[in-house]
Amino acid sequence: MRLRDVTVSFNGRTAVRDVSFDVPENRVTALIGPSGSGKTTLLRSLNRLHDFTRGAKVEGSILLGDTDLYSREIHPTLIRTRVGMVFQRPNPFPTMSVFDNVVSGLRFCGIRKKSVLNEAAESALIAAALWDRVKDRLKMHASSLSGGEQQRLCIARALAVEPEVLLMDEPTSALDPISTKRIEELMGELKSRVSIVIVTHNMQQAARISDLCAFLLMGDDGAGEQIEVAPTEKLFTNPDDPRTLDYIQGRFG
Amino acid sequence: MTTATPPLPLDPVYERRALVQASARQSLGRRTFVSRFMLGVCMFALVLASSILVWIMYLLVSKGLHAWSTAFFTQVPMTPTVSHPNNVGGVSNGIVGAIVIDALAVAMSVPIGVLGGLLLAETDNPFARVVRTTSEVMTGLPSIIFGLFVYEVLIIKYKIGFSGIAGSVALCILMIPVIMKGSEVAFRAVPNSLREAGYSLGMSKGSVARHVVTPSATPGLLTAVLLATSRAVGETAPLLFVIGNTYIVQWNPTKEQISLPLQIYTFFLDGISPATVATLWGNALLLVVVVLFLNMGSRMLSAFLQRERH
Repeated sequence: MRLRDVTVSFNGRTAVRDVSFDVPENRVTALIGPSGSGKTTLLRSLNRLHDFTRGAKVEGSILLGDTDLYSREIHPTLIRTRVGMVFQRPNPFPTMSVFDNVVSGLRFCGIRKKSVLNEAAESALIAAALWDRVKDRLKMHASSLSGGEQQRLCIARALAVEPEVLLMDEPTSALDPISTKRIEELMGELKSRVSIVIVTHNMQQAARISDLCAFLLMGDDGAGEQIEVAPTEKLFTNPDDPRTLDYIQGRFG
Repeated sequence: MTTATPPLPLDPVYERRALVQASARQSLGRRTFVSRFMLGVCMFALVLASSILVWIMYLLVSKGLHAWSTAFFTQVPMTPTVSHPNNVGGVSNGIVGAIVIDALAVAMSVPIGVLGGLLLAETDNPFARVVRTTSEVMTGLPSIIFGLFVYEVLIIKYKIGFSGIAGSVALCILMIPVIMKGSEVAFRAVPNSLREAGYSLGMSKGSVARHVVTPSATPGLLTAVLLATSRAVGETAPLLFVIGNTYIVQWNPTKEQISLPLQIYTFFLDGISPATVATLWGNALLLVVVVLFLNMGSRMLSAFLQRERH
């Protein structure tokens, strides 16, 4: 994915401005920064989720391969099959079973063939490290899983559609440390299948799992701006910008 | 189109990706159509529902507005005579009766309802839970039951006679559960952190309830009271067998009175002539205007007071 001068505003008030960097393929890119820096707003613009917010405006260009995500020729629903999302709080569809949840994206795309659905579900659940837990109980209700398992179910659900990019909005902040560790391990394995963009306010997590880091900070006008984008190791050991250094050293939170 | 490297023919992920994209693209037309169609159906349902309301308002205004005159508000209903065929009088007896009966009902129900709501919000014991359940059941009872109850107890048993006060009691019984529920919600909406601040200063539970919780809950309480009042003002069934009837202006609640909603019914029973039909609709329009005014007033008050505090 390539972002060029991406600016998001709500009713005239800019939330994040002039973000430009490349999201490398099959890598984990972390968006870090203190709260209010516009990380989540930026993330949501990558799958056109702001289309549903009145008064939201996204300027600049976001390219997935050769496709401009915001061009008029392309239908947003098609974009969202290529750019998936996992949210902060696990949100499996509560009335559906585990299996139905995982294949819901496929079904809504018009794929009905049982063999295809079964294969996709198995593949996605294995990739989300949930297969062993649920393989004999695919018909069980999604809400009977624990928090960490529900989040992995959401990851499987997003993966089943085979997106090219997976967006993750603080996916482990609502989970306990053990589930967090499991999901972090997962992300390392998922890299080969999808490119991941993750928003996290946990610096240590970003340092552990990401290959590229983008540091955002709220400017004086209240809009988030891009301070530095660098390979993780460089950003955490020898950043170019003094503000980045202050942040990673914990001078502000 | 994706710019991934040419897919290895046996790689299931790439295969599935291509399948999903093709299927999504192919079904897009159908899905967009279904989406738009359902939106249309919902819009139609909304229009249908609101058009009925518009129709009702139209009928009320077209049939009742011309009845509104000074005579309408200041005179009692009169029988037109040959010499004065258009002299039908008005509904002043209903207006006065409504004012007296409803005011008494409010005066009786508000203290009980609000204090009851306070108790329900601040304590949690089996008694409170029983009261809450009973109250909730009562909000669902058909309102004619309250009229029947008052008839049996006050008029048959204690023989106080048909009177406005009996009607007030019936309305009061109807209003108390509604006010209690709304008050409980208003009191519960006060954040616990305020109570804790009071306790930490050494205030007692009752003191906190009185000096901290109640002032904060006042907007919600007012809204609840206004809503309950607007409901009571429009009720006919509870008054049906307890207030009797009168064709004179009667300010004394210990005597028989008549209230606006019931008067529509008695007018109807007395027989409508072309001259009196306008009065009937005028009465209905007046009632609707009052109820709407109370209802919207309570919404606006609640919104205004919310804004002030934030």
